[in-house]
Amino acid sequence: MKRFYGLLVAVAVVAGVLIWKGTRPGPGEASTAGAPPVAFTAADSAFRGYAQGSDSAPVEIVEYADLQCPHCGEFAVVQFPTIREQLISTGRVRWRMRDFPLNFSWSRVSALAAQCAGEQGRYWEMVDAMYQAQSDWGRSTKNPSGQFRDMARRVGVDGNRFDACVDSHRYDGRIEASRAQGQALGVSDTPTFFVNGRMKTDNNLSSDRFQQIVDSAIAATQQH
Amino acid sequence: MRHRQAIAVLALVGFFVALYLWFYKIGVIGELKCGTGSCEYVQTSRWATLLGQPVALYGVAGYLVLFVIALAGLQPRLLSNPAPTRLLAALAFVGFAFTLYLTYLELFVIHAVCRWCMGSAVIITLIAGIAVAAALRTPAIRTGP
Repeated sequence: MKRFYGLLVAVAVVAGVLIWKGTRPGPGEASTAGAPPVAFTAADSAFRGYAQGSDSAPVEIVEYADLQCPHCGEFAVVQFPTIREQLISTGRVRWRMRDFPLNFSWSRVSALAAQCAGEQGRYWEMVDAMYQAQSDWGRSTKNPSGQFRDMARRVGVDGNRFDACVDSHRYDGRIEASRAQGQALGVSDTPTFFVNGRMKTDNNLSSDRFQQIVDSAIAATQQH
Repeated sequence: MRHRQAIAVLALVGFFVALYLWFYKIGVIGELKCGTGSCEYVQTSRWATLLGQPVALYGVAGYLVLFVIALAGLQPRLLSNPAPTRLLAALAFVGFAFTLYLTYLELFVIHAVCRWCMGSAVIITLIAGIAVAAALRTPAIRTGP
């Protein structure tokens, strides 16, 4: 019996140490997990995210996303081009993007890079570029800031101003405010969508499904 | 006695696997050590949350309950009592069925496999196998005169 309890203690100690080590970032990693919460101001909270599409579109879809989240990347690369072509460009939908950084290593780094590109009017171009290359930087244990700088320049962002923005961390509060607002609305995973303010609860992320949802939303607004 | 010891050890290992996944889900751990697996893809999917709680939390609770029952069943006054073995078999079977559902989701809905989840699946399968085999060997409950 002593050997049995000794085995239990050994298992607990080894597993405990392994998990404790897992909470520490490795060499070259800069995990944000466990980082102190970022303070945000009223101005940060007032920012409602970048939007594309007509201001008079009958439907607004708000997407809470993490640029490093693989599901967001898959949705952006596979489904979103069709949604953009069939729903946004046709004036039926206005699409709004909100940051909801999860606890990936580069969630906040990537969100900051996109906001800094947005400062120069290249938010959506930057987001597209980041999603296209997500399988590369998203799996890296090395800080992808250099890659983001190159992407920013390729999409027409002034590199020096971009660097100054990233170094200043001036949009950290805005990103945190967006995450807090999403959390208050019940967001826990990404991507999460709100169609005219109502959370989309099914797991179907196909462009066809969004087409159906938008048709229903437009029909509902016409009835009122 | 041996089967309860084996279940206790396996449940303890499973508890730490589930704890690791839960810590990731709530942000205590920044990145899952997953090799070439798709742990983060699975863990950030919608199916990693059930009734508002991370699925891993159910694993933490489930393994803890199995561990406590197995340990309790090793106390001298319960060693010859078949009730802990039957209870372990019933709970482990429920855990096994839930794991089957989760594995189905990974393979056919999410199309990605999380190595840690697979590890947990192997552990609960072993526990269920041991517990059910032991329960079948216990004497039947007599009812009536």
